[in-house]
This record gives sequence, C-alpha cells and structure tokens, in this order.
Amino acid sequence: MQVPAHFEYQRATSVDHAIALLTRYGAEARVVAGGHSLIPMMKLRLAQPEMLIDINDLHELGGIRVEGGELRIGAMARHSELLGSAVAGEHYPMLHDAERVIADPVVRNRGTIGGSVCQADPSEDLSGAFTALRATAVIRGAEGVRSVPMRAFFTGPYQTVVGPAEILAELRIPVRPGGGSAYVKVDRRAGDWAVAAAAAALWLEPGPGPGTITDVGLGLTAVGAAGFTAVAAEEFLRGRPATEETFAEAGRIAAEHCRPVADQRGPADYKRHLAGELTVRTLRRAAARARARGQEA
Amino acid sequence: MSALPGATDVPTPMGHGPMLRKEDARFVRGRGRFVDDVRLPGMLHGAILRSPHAHARILSVDVSAAESHPKVRAVITGETLAGRGLAWMPTLSHDVAAVLATDKVRYQGQEVVFVVAEDRYAARDALSLIEVEYEPLPPVIDARRALDPDAPVIRDDLDGRADNHVFDWESGDAAATDAVFASAERVSTCDLLYPRVHPAPLETCGIVADLDRITGKLTVHATTQAPHTHRMLYALIAGIPEHKIRIIAPDIGGGFGNKVGMYPGYLCSVVGSVLTGAPVKWTEDRSENLMSSSFARDYHMHGEIAATKDGRILGLRVRVLADHGAFNGTAQPSKFPAGFFHVFTGSYDVKAAHCRVTGVYTNKAPGGVAYACSFRITEASYLVERMVDVLSHDLGLDPAAVRMANLLRPEQFPYACATGWEYDSGDYPRTLTLALEMAGYDELRREQAERRAAYEATGRGSLMGIGISFFTEAVGAGPRRTMDILGLGMADGAELRVHPTGTAVLRVSCMSQGQGHETTFAQIVGEELGISPDDVELVQGDTDQTPFGLGTYGSRSTPVSGAAAVMVARKVRERARIVAAAMLEVAPEDLEWHKGRWQVAGDPAAGRTIAQIALAAHSDLDLPDGVEGHLDATCVYNPPNLTFPFGAYICVVDVDPGTGQATVRRFVAVDDCGVRINPMIVEGQVHGGLADGVGMALMELMAFDDDGNHLGASFMDYLLPTSMECPSWELGETVTPSPHHPIGAKGVGESATVGSPAAVVNAVLDAIGVRHADMPLTPAQVWRAVQGRPIRPDLAIR
Repeated sequence: MQVPAHFEYQRATSVDHAIALLTRYGAEARVVAGGHSLIPMMKLRLAQPEMLIDINDLHELGGIRVEGGELRIGAMARHSELLGSAVAGEHYPMLHDAERVIADPVVRNRGTIGGSVCQADPSEDLSGAFTALRATAVIRGAEGVRSVPMRAFFTGPYQTVVGPAEILAELRIPVRPGGGSAYVKVDRRAGDWAVAAAAAALWLEPGPGPGTITDVGLGLTAVGAAGFTAVAAEEFLRGRPATEETFAEAGRIAAEHCRPVADQRGPADYKRHLAGELTVRTLRRAAARARARGQEA
Repeated sequence: MSALPGATDVPTPMGHGPMLRKEDARFVRGRGRFVDDVRLPGMLHGAILRSPHAHARILSVDVSAAESHPKVRAVITGETLAGRGLAWMPTLSHDVAAVLATDKVRYQGQEVVFVVAEDRYAARDALSLIEVEYEPLPPVIDARRALDPDAPVIRDDLDGRADNHVFDWESGDAAATDAVFASAERVSTCDLLYPRVHPAPLETCGIVADLDRITGKLTVHATTQAPHTHRMLYALIAGIPEHKIRIIAPDIGGGFGNKVGMYPGYLCSVVGSVLTGAPVKWTEDRSENLMSSSFARDYHMHGEIAATKDGRILGLRVRVLADHGAFNGTAQPSKFPAGFFHVFTGSYDVKAAHCRVTGVYTNKAPGGVAYACSFRITEASYLVERMVDVLSHDLGLDPAAVRMANLLRPEQFPYACATGWEYDSGDYPRTLTLALEMAGYDELRREQAERRAAYEATGRGSLMGIGISFFTEAVGAGPRRTMDILGLGMADGAELRVHPTGTAVLRVSCMSQGQGHETTFAQIVGEELGISPDDVELVQGDTDQTPFGLGTYGSRSTPVSGAAAVMVARKVRERARIVAAAMLEVAPEDLEWHKGRWQVAGDPAAGRTIAQIALAAHSDLDLPDGVEGHLDATCVYNPPNLTFPFGAYICVVDVDPGTGQATVRRFVAVDDCGVRINPMIVEGQVHGGLADGVGMALMELMAFDDDGNHLGASFMDYLLPTSMECPSWELGETVTPSPHHPIGAKGVGESATVGSPAAVVNAVLDAIGVRHADMPLTPAQVWRAVQGRPIRPDLAIR
C-alpha cells in the first residue's frame, strides 16, 4: 500500500481562515479540495506538503448559478454538479460534453472544478473548455479579490497565477445569446486523460445559408497549444461563413500552431492530426447547436 | 444462499446446474478476508527499497540512518541475506533470481533493501533514509538486440555467461515442414508481437510471515495460487523443515498467474520474522505489483503459413524471440520452456508444423507465464488466428470460409497434431456454425460493405469490422509422466468426509482466486452423492488441512482437482453401498444407485439415502469384515491427458477513421468446455476473459523507454478495460464432453482470455483493411496503421 509522508492537517472554517492558514504556512502548505490529484501524488510522495488545508467545509465556494449576466461556477462545485446543472447545460452544452468524459462517476462525485483548473494538468479537459469560453477566474487573497481572464490564468504546465496564499473562488462565463458550443475528446479508454481534445464556442449571425461566425472561442487540450487555445484559427474564423470549408481551414491552422509532445498516448504527428480533426468536429457540432438554438428562438 | 436478494430465483440444484456462488454472500458484503486483513499481535510491517535503474552496479549500500529510525526494527540488505545463503533463490525454471540485489540491479523496481518497522508509514519513511550508490550500466531493453555481440551481459552472476541467451527450444518436424513450404502454392508471412502485459489483480501480492521461535513453526498467510508448491519452496530455500511450515491462502482478490511464483518480498518477510521474532506483514503497492511481479507474454513472433491457392492450410512455421526479463522465472512444466506454445496449429488440420523459440534475458522484470495464458497458449492462439486472417487477406478469401474449410472434423478425434498433442474431443464446425448464426454473419458483411461505401463516398462516418477467432485450449496439466514443476508431478489430491448427519467436507489442494471453487466443488460432490451443495463445505488454501497438489493455474482446477473430487466422491459412494447393503441385509451387488440413494434392484421402496447411510456408518451397525466404518475417502488424481476446450468467437467493431478509435459493438462467444458444472460460473469466467481480451487488444501494455524506465507503472498508465469498453456479451455453448475426464468437464478459466484477443484485433484490422498491426490497437496505433506506419508498441513512442 502506498502511504504518504507525515503531514499536518487543518480544516478551514471560512475562505478568510483558509487564506490566513496559507499565509502562515507558506509554500509548504497545500489546499485540498476533492483530493483526486493531490492525494495520489502524496501517496506516491511526489508531493510532500507539510500542511494540508481542507476547504471542503467552505460552502461559500460552492454552487452553480446565473447572476449578473454570467454563469458562475464555484470553485468547490463538484464535477457531478456541473454535469447535473441544467443552467450550465442550457447556456454551454460544451460543459456537459466535457464532464461526461472526465474520469468516472466516483471521481466526478468528489473532484472539484476549481481543483481541476488549479492543477493545470496539460491534459485537463476543463482548462480547454473554460479557455474556449473566455471564462474569468475570481481569485481571493489576503489583499482582496482579483479577476484574471482564463487566457492569462495558466503560466505553464501545472502552474497558474494563483499565488501561494490565494484561493480560486469562482469561474465566471458571460452569458451571450446566439451561440453554440461543443467539446470532443479522444481517449484510449473511458476515464483516461485526453490523447487530445478540442472545445469550440461560436456565435452565428443567422443568414439564408450556413450563417456567419460573429465570434468564436477555441480550446485545445493535451496538444501543446499555447494557452490551451488556437488564436490564429479563431482570428481566421471570425466573420467567415460557418461552412465545412471554413472549419477545415481552421482545423488546419489549429493543427499547425500546436506543439504536441509524443508520449504513450500517441506520437506527435497523430496528436497534431487530432488537433485539426477535433477542431473541425467541435466547430461542426457547435455550429449545429447554434443553428438549432436560432430556430428555437 | 437464500439470504442473498434475488437468490430465491435460483434454487440450489442437487448437483450440477445454475446456482449463485456461495462465496459471494461474504464478498458482496465486504466480509471477505484477504491477506491485508490479517492482523496478528505484535505484527510489524515491511517495505522494500527498489532500484531506480534498469541496469547498474551497486557500489555501496548505507542503511545506518534507517537503522537509527526509532520505529525501525530490522533492515535487511543483500549482504544480510548472503550471510544466510539467501541472497539468491531458485526460480520455477531452473534459474536463480536475486532476493535482494548484491552485485547489480537488473531491472527497474528490483528489490534492494527490506525494512521492518512498527508501522507501514515508518517502514516507508525509513526507505528514504537509505543511501545506495549505483554505477549505471547500459541496459538491454529491446529484446531484438539482446543477442547482439556487443550487448551488455546481464547475467554475469552465472559462471561462464557471455551473452543474454536463455534457451533454444523447438517442436515439430522441421524437415517435413520445410518440404511442405517448398511445394506450397502460397506462403504468407507476418511478424507479430504479443506485447508484455500484466495480470494486474486488483489485490496486489502480500504476506504475513510468522515464525514461532518456541515451536520453530513458520506460518505464512499469503496470496498464493499454489500453497503446497510454496510450502516446498520455503523448505528448499529457507531450510525450514517442510512439516514446520504452514501456508494459509485466505481469500484472494484475483490471481491470473500473478500469484503462482515466489517473490523476494515473501522471503524477506520470513527473514524479517526470523530476525525480529514478530510477525511481519508486507503488502505490495500498485506500482510495485506492476513493475516487479510476474508479467505475461512478451513474444516476438515470425509466423509463416503455407496453403493452397484456394485457402487449404498445409503448414505452419514459427520463430519466436521470447523476452524473459532479467531472471528466467516462468512458471510452467519443466520440459516445456515455452510452455504449451506448440499447440500453435490451433484448430486446424495441418500436415506439418514447426516452431523454434529462443529465450533471452533483458533488463526487465522476470516472469513470463502469467495472466490466464494456459502456459503460452494465448500467444499460440493469437499467432495462428492472426495468420489465418493474414492468409485470407492475401488470398482475398472470407476468413470464416477459410476457417470452416480447415477446421478439424469431428471424425478426426482423438486427433494427433503435428507437434505431438492428442486433442481429446471436439465438433468444431458445429461450434463455428452456431457462432456465425448467432452473429448473423452474412448480414454483418452486407452492413460492412454499405458502411464502407458510404464512408468512401462522403469521407465521413465510421467503418465496421468483423473478426473471428477459433481457439483450441489445452488445459488441466497434467499427466505426471510428462509434466512436473520443479520435479513435482502435476497430480492433485482430494479428501472427502461425510459427517454422521449427512453433510460433508471436501478438502482440495487447489486455491480459488475468484473462480467460485466453494460452489463448483460443492456441486461436484453434490452431484456424485445426491446431496445438496449447500451441505458440502470446501476447505482449500491451508496446507495443514488439505492434501497435496500443485494449485490453481492453467485452468487446471476443474480438470484435475475437480476430477479428484469426483473420484473421491465415487469412492465414498462405493463405501456407502457396502454400508447400505449391511443396513438392508442384502449383497452390495444387489443395490442400484439412484442419485442420493442406494436401493435394492427391483424394490424401490427398499433403499437408504446418503444421510441415513452416513449415520449408520458412524453407529454400531455390524459391517462386513475389512470395512472400517465412517464415511470418508482420499484419492490422488493423475490426469491421463490434457483436456481441450475450444470455442468460436466473433467480434464486431466500429472504427472512427478520423480519430482511430475502435469500439467493440458486439461480441459473440460460443464456448465448448465440455460438461458445465455451474453454467452461471462458466459464463462469469467467460465474461471476465472477454474483458481481458478487449483490454489486451485495445489498451493494455507495458512498454519501456531507452533507459529501461517502466512506462506503465500505475493504473493511469497501465490501462485496464472498464464496463464502458465492454459490450453486452452474447454467449452460446456447445457441449462435447471430454472422454477421459470423469464427468466430461474440460475447464474454462482461461478460454476467453486465450480466444478473444485475436477476434478483437482481427475485427479492427478488418475494419480498416490493414493486413497487420500489433496490439494494443490504441487510437494512435489504428491511425498510424491506416497510414502504413504502425507503432512498435513495446518501446517508448517517439
């Protein structure tokens, strides 16, 4: 049996308490939420924090709701809550697409949205999804609250802008009509990390034909895409008709700009291929959803 | 069993028939008792420091800081063991393996130091206080380079050893085979790798070793599939008299061959108990299990198949390079260094066949025969079933038709195959016909053509593939004249005692790891004595309470121990006849057996049940001279031949050519394992094996990078299939009883693992129209195969 090294444990009673503990214990402290990344790392002794600060009692960090024209997802919301959230699915079906393929029900019951994003694993599904949706991260620290756009949130593999004495509190996504979104992932087995995955959110101006893309957000996971996205492909798509030809070219651009690394999930050429293929597929599905939305309205 | 919800739907049969498993009442309540549940007073805990290198010389080992840890009670190094002559131990294949490394480490994860401490945490903490200085050496990772003249020599511990060669072994008639190939109209060849995979039982290996210093008795609670073999091994290795050793295998959470062999952690725990005078528990963690315990497969095969131009198979020729890791530690009958690989002619009438197997050392963990392989028949079956598809591909023929044309015919049994096996029985065409009908084969082919046409027209959609495998197993090792392990003949004992009130206890040498022995064996006795299986208790896994036998692996429990149970029950039944005759005051010859009752021929009212007879046998009843009373018997069963289960499997997959993802849509499995004692258990065994096959075909793999780092050392990296990858299995059966087994049963434990991988691989390759690509057919491998650039799976992907 794998057993962790010695550590101390405190259960935070409020966000301020958690921040105070983080301030006191510094870099040797780690926040534990769902624990589905941290605890295995501790058992393997890849992580050996001296102090674990448990934030599972902090209900102020939970909940999923629409407020102020934004979809607000608390950092402590569990994956299963996001998957079960009708309001999230209504505005951004991509989030349900992604949650359906994240790990398994046992992990989703416990793992948190904030924990996943803060872990910043290059293969993390929600990092790509929130990047495509241009979410904003609300971060709390001793100095107060600050907001960071998702596209400035990740500073490298397993690294974010959240400071050692800060806590991610919430993710906010603007609610905008006329859009559709989708997430597509390729994995070797249900519950595995992505070999590659793509997210697309797009907004269409309805036309007699396929419609014109007024705005778009792309997310790419596990393919070495800078900032989990494909900016050049996004720029190409804006203002163009939502056709197969447009999507194919966007896929080509997205594939060209990523820098995949070979590992046991697949060689680099395959991952690059997937970056393009999955970009096309998510755009196709997101556009179909946008059109279906338009017809309902 | 009525305590189980729904159990009333399945009444207990008076013998064979569907019945809920007796053991599940405790397993589904979490009341199983596994080795890690064993807690003895004063028990200490062991942990192992392992090598980070695949190949390195040990320059120094400093354990002083670990010994100073306040909770550490003993630190055992290779030097400690060498002082007791225990640094090396014999393997099951006439080699030696390091217990704790003294000179070099030879694979990543090899055992170097064993720490005994007061708790598991302290033992693990102490490992980080140990300083080992290594001088890294170049490793041998690619088996195909192991025999290169400049390859580093791994086994310089062996006198005179200048290369990495383990053995050469051949079977069949080389000259006759060459002649067949020389005159054949068509020869198809193919290189196939059956990559290194791992049994990965959900319960890892573990032990509690308890040496009583007063009595000198060693009690070992351990995850072992072969308790009696282990008892002898401890006696041989540690020098403890065998009668002073008691092995207890409690409930086991999966074995699949992983728990046959002897591991260093076991011996170190025994030594730890000797040194401290306290019981020592050691439980492997997941990474340790995957990195260091017995792997399976790792066969690099070059197959050739000779045929007429209309697909009549004439001959098979195979060259195998077998990667045995750093020590030759395979567990198989002594005369067969490649196991039963030479059943590679499979289910076909082949004139001539020859195989040559070369074993090599590499800087990887030892093992090799494990994971439900029936002593390498998994490799053999995969080879021949893949080669038949390659031939069909090359000739443009339907693989079902090619198989049907070449299958052995019923009138050919018993059949002596080209490599010397005598297949006992079978009606192969009937089984394949049933599978094809269940699958709706012709309709599937029509749908496949439509789907391909649609894909080619639009560039969108998915492709569909149909894969067939017809396997022949050879299980129930085995006849003592030809089969032994370390000199121990492969016959099994059984003891049966009927209590005065008519309930019974059966003692057997084999050990369930989840196969449901408590139920199956009770049903065997129930059938023979005509009593309820609920009234028969099975004792297994405790060497002080059971007769000698070689254990459970190679699907041998039902063919060997099961036969022993039948024979001992029949002995008891014959004894019962004598007692009944005395009770009824008739001659034993005047009695007829009506299940559960001896009665006078022609007078059905005059009879006695087993319960009545049992009571009388323990009473003051006057018995004939020479009959001692009581109702019990013992026997040893020496199988006259192996049994040969077989089956026809058909897999249907959908493949997304844009991503390379393959999904198993349907799987039809028609198994013929002879007489089915408990059809529910048989089906459960088949379900598990089919899931295994999907796993190996699509995802399971242990690969190594250039430095010998293990790339599958956790369940994040070593992928096991889940219910999401498994379709609803469609099972069928035919029954051709084994003519030499006392109830015609053939065994089924490994059939599906042997037969299914080829069906899945054949289906995926059929979908994409590719002649061959090696397992596992991950999305990346399928995508690369379509482009004619398949990945070599045993090495790191670049």
